Amino acid sequence: MRSLTHRTRFLAVGTIAVLATALLAACGNSSGSSGSSKPILIGTSLSLTGDFSADGLAFERGYKLWASDVNAHGGINGRKVQLDILNDNSSPTQVVTNYTDLITVKHVELTFGPFSTLLTAPAAQVAHRYGYSFIEGAGGGNLVFSEKLPNVFDVSLPVANEFDPFISWLSSLPASQRPATAAYPTVDDPFASPQEQRAQSMLEALGIKTVYAKTFPAEVPDYLPNADLVASKKPDLVVLGSTDVPTVQAFMHGFEQQHFSPKLFIAAAGPDQGAAFVSAVGSGNASGMMVGNPWYPDYKNAASQAMVAEYVKKYGGSPSDVNADVAEAYSVGQVTAQAVEHTGSTKGSAIDSYLHSGVTLNSVQGPVKFDSLGRNIKAIAFIFQWQNSNYVQVLPVHATGSVPILNPKPNWTS
Amino acid sequence: MGTEVTHAIADGILGGGVYALMAAGLTLIFGVLDIINVAQGIMVVLGAYLSYVLSVHLHLNVLTGLLITVPVMFVIGVAIHWLFIRPLRGSERTSMTLLACFAVALITEGILYWRFGSNYVSLHNSYSESSVHVLGFYLADIYLIGFGLAVAAIAALYLILYRTTFGRAVRATMQNQTAARLVGIDVTRVAAVTFGIGTAVTAVGGMVFGSINSFTPNSGYDLISRLLAIVILAGMGSIGGALVAAVLMTTAEALVDIWQPDWAVAVFYLAMVIILTVRPGGLFGRRAVRAQ
Repeated sequence: MRSLTHRTRFLAVGTIAVLATALLAACGNSSGSSGSSKPILIGTSLSLTGDFSADGLAFERGYKLWASDVNAHGGINGRKVQLDILNDNSSPTQVVTNYTDLITVKHVELTFGPFSTLLTAPAAQVAHRYGYSFIEGAGGGNLVFSEKLPNVFDVSLPVANEFDPFISWLSSLPASQRPATAAYPTVDDPFASPQEQRAQSMLEALGIKTVYAKTFPAEVPDYLPNADLVASKKPDLVVLGSTDVPTVQAFMHGFEQQHFSPKLFIAAAGPDQGAAFVSAVGSGNASGMMVGNPWYPDYKNAASQAMVAEYVKKYGGSPSDVNADVAEAYSVGQVTAQAVEHTGSTKGSAIDSYLHSGVTLNSVQGPVKFDSLGRNIKAIAFIFQWQNSNYVQVLPVHATGSVPILNPKPNWTS
Repeated sequence: MGTEVTHAIADGILGGGVYALMAAGLTLIFGVLDIINVAQGIMVVLGAYLSYVLSVHLHLNVLTGLLITVPVMFVIGVAIHWLFIRPLRGSERTSMTLLACFAVALITEGILYWRFGSNYVSLHNSYSESSVHVLGFYLADIYLIGFGLAVAAIAALYLILYRTTFGRAVRATMQNQTAARLVGIDVTRVAAVTFGIGTAVTAVGGMVFGSINSFTPNSGYDLISRLLAIVILAGMGSIGGALVAAVLMTTAEALVDIWQPDWAVAVFYLAMVIILTVRPGGLFGRRAVRAQ
């Protein structure tokens, strides 16, 4: 009797295991048919509300713009594309739920990445679990690549390298013209921290003395004490590890209140937000503010120019209203389309193999070629600066489109 | 180091004033109505947007604009009470009001997104950038104004509560609603007006908040947890206590910022836990508040 019960249990467990495996297989990305005429359903989760909502909404526009463009040209391999976008409220927990839902319930054929490194890292794990390729445009932090997932491909510039042209420019200056001191106030965020750490170590190697290097939590609602502390050190250069406009604005306000204006001020994010940045800080104070980015609306690339024109036609406004998030999202679509067209499949394994083959693809952000970790090693880094209410490319010095850098930064004008 | 500490204490005291300004309405509403108004954060943001509209479209000075935004927010507060809070009765009232306030927050956020979008905006005025030189460093004018307004608002609330007939009715309602009804106090009216006053104060808090920070309709969520912490620390219902608690917490935070900024937020809440362990009713316990 006892052995029968044991055998029954064994059979039950075995049956459940077989059924579970079959269910997982059914949920996994095994369709990949190229002969179908039904639309390719693409699932993504975006931060349409919450802390990243400004970027999330821009990403949504980028994805939708790409989808309408590709459908207007007959789709991919004759199949139209259809987006299914869920809102993750900028939450790393919700993003996991969303991708699980997209894959196991909605049975999407492809997935596109969310916004930010913080959300891409957990989302990529879900896609990997179900055998989906995970092409994304805003997860360039080390947190994503350190997972060493074979299905992750970031079409944008790895974030740690965003300040590289600025550091190269400083190293090209005679020592007497370089800033003598620097401060590195940083938000505790996987996007900002790698840039700051790399910048600090490289600038210290150039002999630029660090007078302040502290990390503060992203939840800090009032940056006044932090800004005051930086101002009291009077650094020549401020390298701000920011993730959004309010952080930059708070430091600018704090500096101005302390009658302190650094000779050079570069931020990881915020000044790249176009009209949103100027509206928050005022056009006068924006002058001289710098930011690293792989793309801007005047980028001399035919596909990029066409996308900007399409954007303005679809959403109104002017080219300067198109922020880099749109291009990052659009690039995700472009790279995916090229991979599916070439492999004739939407299957994760086929796309992963193709993208790891060393092929160079095109995007509105420039060339795309992935290393073994899924980093775009051909991505181009630029430094942009606000000059007389215009957002202009200043570095690399000899790159097409670069104008002379405003050095030192003008004083606050309020 | 001495200057840094002095500066941090000054920043903490002034920043505390700004938080007290935003928390005063929350604690008033709780004291009278036993309602934890989780919509207070979004009301601050709504106040900031009202100031923004008057500043951008009517070119009104933000301080002058308060003459309009405060009455408007009062009417909004009364309307919220009338529509969402008043109909709730019975033993589940407290938990239901929590849900109702959350619904108000979501609806307000949705309306603000629809009207203003998700881009950051801020209030531009001369006070935001100017400062005065004191003790070897500068104090920002907007924080000085915020602190002054906090003291004025709290003094005004005290005058209303302790020097007017309406205030007597409010305090009677705070102590015992049934008894207040028996002596002829229109408790529903008192509750509506109190909710209106509690919301009206956020117009002032919103103006200062919007002058210091850029904001979106989503900015209220970061605020509400801090405001609740301040109100709990003060002793729920204590208006003056809100100022003391806010100053204590922001000063502790500013001091920790000097050495270890990544611990500053933790210290903010740690201070609350330690004080509540010693005084479970908060610095100015609820019984003491209602007995005043």
